[in-house]
Amino acid sequence: MAQNHPDRGQRGLPGGAPRYSAFALAKKAMNYHQDWQRAWRDPEPKAEYDAVIIGGGGHGLATAYYLAAVHGLTNIAVIEKGWIGGGNTGRNTTIIRSNYLWDESAAIYEHSMKLWEGMSQDLNFNVMFSQRGVLTIAHSEHELREMSRRVHAIRLNGIDSEILGPAEIKKFVPTINIDQSIRYPVMGGFLQRRGGTARHDAVAWGYARAADDLGVDIIQKCEVTGLRRQGRKIIGVETSRGFIKTKKVGCVVAGHSSVVAAMAGIRLPIASRPLQALVSEPIKPILDTVIMSNAVHMYISQSDKGEMVLGAGVDKYNSYAQRGSFPVPEHMLAAAVELFPVLSRLRMLRHWGGIVDTCPDASPIISKTDIEGLYFDCGWGTGGFKATPGSGHVFADLIANDRPNKIAAPYSLDRFRTGLLIDEHGAAGVAH
Amino acid sequence: MLIITCPFCGPRDEVEFACGGEAHIARPLADHKISDADFADYLFMRDNPKGLFLERWRHSAGCRRWFNVARDTVSNEIVEIYPMGSLPVKTAAKTTYKTSWRRDTAAEKAATPSRSKAGGSK
Repeated sequence: MAQNHPDRGQRGLPGGAPRYSAFALAKKAMNYHQDWQRAWRDPEPKAEYDAVIIGGGGHGLATAYYLAAVHGLTNIAVIEKGWIGGGNTGRNTTIIRSNYLWDESAAIYEHSMKLWEGMSQDLNFNVMFSQRGVLTIAHSEHELREMSRRVHAIRLNGIDSEILGPAEIKKFVPTINIDQSIRYPVMGGFLQRRGGTARHDAVAWGYARAADDLGVDIIQKCEVTGLRRQGRKIIGVETSRGFIKTKKVGCVVAGHSSVVAAMAGIRLPIASRPLQALVSEPIKPILDTVIMSNAVHMYISQSDKGEMVLGAGVDKYNSYAQRGSFPVPEHMLAAAVELFPVLSRLRMLRHWGGIVDTCPDASPIISKTDIEGLYFDCGWGTGGFKATPGSGHVFADLIANDRPNKIAAPYSLDRFRTGLLIDEHGAAGVAH
Repeated sequence: MLIITCPFCGPRDEVEFACGGEAHIARPLADHKISDADFADYLFMRDNPKGLFLERWRHSAGCRRWFNVARDTVSNEIVEIYPMGSLPVKTAAKTTYKTSWRRDTAAEKAATPSRSKAGGSK
């Protein structure tokens, strides 16, 4: 994606004009940083757009950006109920990897990984993408064997992946406990060195700024209350700030997908569940990679601020409350402390839940619907953040051309009728 | 943490329970030929309301028996707990049952051929 453009040096895509400098930083400091320009406009909704994206999270903003930058569709709006990046985009544990088993998953997550690798350049915004590696640990002989099978499949798809033994893991992560007597002993693991983390807010801000530069209207505090149809065709969206006419609506609302789908009388196979995460007080650097454990459903990394960032599996029942059930983090923390005894006396600072849209086959839906002009990009469940650029890129292509490209095609809603599921349950590194 | 009142054992912590998802999904009978799309309604499509939701729970670390719960997915308030094989009686839960899109699906109609004869009551 980030091929060099003759006029733009390293940057392959338009949008995100340069505007900050060290000199400006020093100059504005004299004025207590009070007169910085807006990074994006705060426009009133127009009466009509060529396309409307519902949901101003990372995926929605990425969709809008690629619609404008790649497909030249600039008379579009992103409509957000709250503020951009305030939902799951700001609630995840920022892990990025592309080591998925199935070919379909490898295609989309690796497409995404490649976009991550050029994103700061593409958007001219530092998203702090850090390829610090993602190490998934096996706790049993069986798990290790299954893991090597997966590693070979992943490598056949041209994605970097390698198996490490306990001693190599200890060398890579000195703080880990590899004692064989613990409840979940470290038997080995697999590492994707190109995996890592990014600054999640920056992803939303970077896409928003670059999209806004290209003329995309980002309309915050505007809730969609209905979808207006004429027969089997979309003609506009009803919002808390009035009716907006449009022929194409892209719905990228994660946990609320079923709610918006119901407005159009569409059924989805999605269950909305809370996914919890928490961060500790900041400490000195002790972990310079991402550790995931499939068996105990725990993943941990350390933020640049020094906080330990921990996440768990989804809660076991549907909920739209953005908080979770206590036993889930309790179980995850118990496992974290066994693996990293050094964490045992850390205090946790913040704890939250995001509502994720889980699919029966743990794979997303990027699809047209039975209604002309209505598209859905949802079902990312617990693994949406890493897919942000890839999802936006292929979804923009679907909306612009009214047909899915090769990467998006397997993710059609039709797979629940045909049975061609992409079963990533357990086949993924899990914990997403 | 939820406190769920098992109809057989009384109030217990949610860790003792397993959630079985949407309640009242009837399997279409094999002798009723329905399309793949209609069968998908039964097999994959799920009601996922923001508000009152009828779901099945099992007291898996207790008596291991199933029962139905009407729970609000925003406030987590449990409105009604009622036995398997029966319908809710509280007005709000009854409305949720009746207004679900599932009641109009071909899959559900193919599940209980006798229901139409009995005039929709059960």
